[in-house]
Amino acid sequence: MDASALAPKLRAAVAVLLLFTLLLGAVALTRGARLEPADFTFNNGTEVQTLDPATVTGVPEGRVIRCIFEGLVIKDPKDLSPVPGMAERWEISDDRLTYTFHLRKGAKWTNGDEVTAPDFEWSMLRMLDPQTGSEYAYQLWYIEGAKAYTTEVHPEGHPQQGQSIHPPESVAIRALDRYTLEIKLKAPTPFFMELMGFYPVFPVNRRNLEEAQERWPDSWEIEWLRPENIVTNGPWKVQSRRVNDRIRLVKNHDYWDADNVAFETMDVLAIEQASTGVNVYLTGGCNFVDKVNDNVVPQLMPREDFNPQPYLGVYFYRVNTTQPPFDDVRVRKALSLTMPRELICEQITKMGQVPAYSFVPPMTIDYTSPETDRGATEGSAEERMRANAQRARELLAEAGYGPGGKPFPTFDIHYNTLESHKKIAETVMDAWKRNLGLNVKLRNEEWKVYLDTQSNLRYDVSRSAWIGDYMDPNTFVDLFLDGGENNKTGWGNAEYDRLVQGAVNEFDPAKRFDMLERAEAILMDELPIIPIYFYVTQNLVAPRLGGFYSNPGDEHFPKFWYWMDDEELAAKRAQYPDDWEIVDPHGPPEGLYSPAAMRARVSQ
Amino acid sequence: MLQFLLRRLMWFAITLLVVTSVSFFLMRAVKGGPFDGERKLDPAIEANINARYHLDWNKYKQFAQYMGPFNLDERGLFGTREQVFGGVLTGDFGPSFRYRDFTVNDIIGQSLPISALLGTVAMMWALALGISAGVASALRRGSGLDVSMRLAATGGIALPNFVIAGFLIILFVFLIPLFPVAGWGTIQHMMLPGFCLGLVFAAYIARLTRTGMLETLSQDHIRTAHAKGLAPRHVVLRHALKGGLLPVVSYLGPATAGILTGSLVIERIFNIPGMGSHFVNSATNRDYTLAMGVTILYTVLVYALNTIVDLAYTLLDPRIKLEEQ
Repeated sequence: MDASALAPKLRAAVAVLLLFTLLLGAVALTRGARLEPADFTFNNGTEVQTLDPATVTGVPEGRVIRCIFEGLVIKDPKDLSPVPGMAERWEISDDRLTYTFHLRKGAKWTNGDEVTAPDFEWSMLRMLDPQTGSEYAYQLWYIEGAKAYTTEVHPEGHPQQGQSIHPPESVAIRALDRYTLEIKLKAPTPFFMELMGFYPVFPVNRRNLEEAQERWPDSWEIEWLRPENIVTNGPWKVQSRRVNDRIRLVKNHDYWDADNVAFETMDVLAIEQASTGVNVYLTGGCNFVDKVNDNVVPQLMPREDFNPQPYLGVYFYRVNTTQPPFDDVRVRKALSLTMPRELICEQITKMGQVPAYSFVPPMTIDYTSPETDRGATEGSAEERMRANAQRARELLAEAGYGPGGKPFPTFDIHYNTLESHKKIAETVMDAWKRNLGLNVKLRNEEWKVYLDTQSNLRYDVSRSAWIGDYMDPNTFVDLFLDGGENNKTGWGNAEYDRLVQGAVNEFDPAKRFDMLERAEAILMDELPIIPIYFYVTQNLVAPRLGGFYSNPGDEHFPKFWYWMDDEELAAKRAQYPDDWEIVDPHGPPEGLYSPAAMRARVSQ
Repeated sequence: MLQFLLRRLMWFAITLLVVTSVSFFLMRAVKGGPFDGERKLDPAIEANINARYHLDWNKYKQFAQYMGPFNLDERGLFGTREQVFGGVLTGDFGPSFRYRDFTVNDIIGQSLPISALLGTVAMMWALALGISAGVASALRRGSGLDVSMRLAATGGIALPNFVIAGFLIILFVFLIPLFPVAGWGTIQHMMLPGFCLGLVFAAYIARLTRTGMLETLSQDHIRTAHAKGLAPRHVVLRHALKGGLLPVVSYLGPATAGILTGSLVIERIFNIPGMGSHFVNSATNRDYTLAMGVTILYTVLVYALNTIVDLAYTLLDPRIKLEEQ
């Protein structure tokens, strides 16, 4: 047989072999990827940036970190008040400057070490350390010495370039003994306990990092966070991770309160597309999604598993007050008066968002936001808009624009590229054109470019939003301090700054809120920003899920979650208004309770 | 043959260097950085973070650090050791800026096999549908079958795949619950996205096959084969198809690279943790290292697959010689 006769057969053999290997590889890959379904699965909306508490900022990161780490205190799932976590109890001195935390004995890290006060001292100092690069470091700047420690670093050329010029001892965080942690503040900070329950200040295990540093001197910053290496102290442990897919969590049986944790396994999905998340929820692939696509809202509204509730976020337009005509407060008032808030809430967002006439969203605490001028209150929406437009035109005329005055320059509404922002901007543009005769154009930019434009005040009117970090008006009003990084309007007011900064040192809550209310009143009178609406939650939650509560922070705590049995579910459903639509409850009919709850049920 | 490969390799190195440097500087010329967010950072904190990730260095130094192989870092982004080897030249794409618990190598290592697997399924759909439709069309030229196949192919190209995906999800998930709606892990998970992803390619392949077949069928050696009295089936499968598939083969190179690196839209709709989303998301996140990593990977894939296509040509058509190119 000669070679030319062999060749075609060989080719065929190679081709068949190649195909075969490909198929075999495919089968091998899928086998490895198969996981048993978890007890509970929720969609986190995106892949988390990191599991290192000290360097995170986002809500999705917070959800996972609360599952695997635990701070001095955690929050009550109903009202978000601090409840004991790693600290069993705490004392606050009379001058409200010294906080003493007493840690519970016997709480364990997943490597067997006990969680101690020095762990907290080390972790908080690590968060403040300039070389950690923590974005949220400023949340701890209420502590004596903390701000200087983070911000004052050795300059370039110095042998210790980039390190703090202050020693760690200059920060007033001390472990007095193994179980006592003392923190001294520079001013009474009424929301400090809330900050202690905030996930970025949760502790990490020192040995975890230092051993990684030793083993992988070049890549320890990633290695210590790998599922096989990370040491945690929360209700769950990380079992595996796959980027953009899921984080598989398993119950930490050594957790101090493991007896009250129901789910053995939990999956955290990273579905970014809202419609896909809803589809996965509707087909039972996950039990909780926190965002839905606009076009299914009408179908979702009557369902028992969809109950939008107000929460701590506000959608607003910033106005660039550094340039005419927007440097004139009358112009800003005219724009606010003709802002079609109700139309936006009824026609576009459609989930029960509340039109906003103030900047601080309604909260559960005793703070009443002063409102900007609502304009006409009598008559139909159209009549009111007509009256407001009339007044707005008068304001513009007073400012010298309109018939007989200067022509109002054409200006842009600036927003980041997203369908919902576009729809709102179009509505606003239309309202301002129709009611005030202004020439308005839309300008959209990709997210990061948009942020750059906004920070550098290269806009006229720009779409914005703010979500509070904690339940206190301070997290909103301190945005607009003169020259603050997040002011981004060029606006400043000495009296406003005096009130907001003074409030930090005021520890009578009534007086403090009074000062903040006066500050917000200035903001709502000067209108460097035009509030549009307050956010509502968009949670789609399995009806059978117990321990899940709506709260104004939209913070949820899987530690308290469980599956109700049919009996408990029926009792819950008996409370519903008549027009609610009953849907697939998800979860096992017999429920899934924590060991402690099981014992309590048996003994009943 | 060897000379051909060597020459290819040389051009490959040059291309790669150009692609890498251009995309490195382009990426950094765009406004905004990886750590910009709705909440603007305190300037001191921002400086700390930039220092930690060397974003405070000048761009050329950053480029030298990125390319490697020497570590220019005196004070340790990764530990304190100096002069550690690293950088792209050693195959290390560095840590991701957005997914900070992973290196770019980790991310590509996790997502490329998934995209490759999805791509394989899609390619199988595409080849099976495309070639059979194309051959059938060519053999019944001008018939109702041909017209409807060509219409379907045009439809397949014109319809965006998210429309097809939405339609299939309604049909096969909600109306006839055959497949899971999204996710990754089992064969069932691959069917719908594989089909959607393959459909556009199937349409192109059908058109290319049809054209190629029509041309080959009118050639002398086919007439000779018919004249020799060979069975029509034999003529089509053994003689005509070989030549008729040549245009398809040259299309397969770039198509395979594209299909392997995934499709953003399909991955988003079906929530598949593949490569496609990284192409777009890394750019919008200003995840410099990941964006560079996927760009370089794509360059390598396109180049390698084109070379394979050129090699395959000589197998399919004995008249083509590598040296002549």
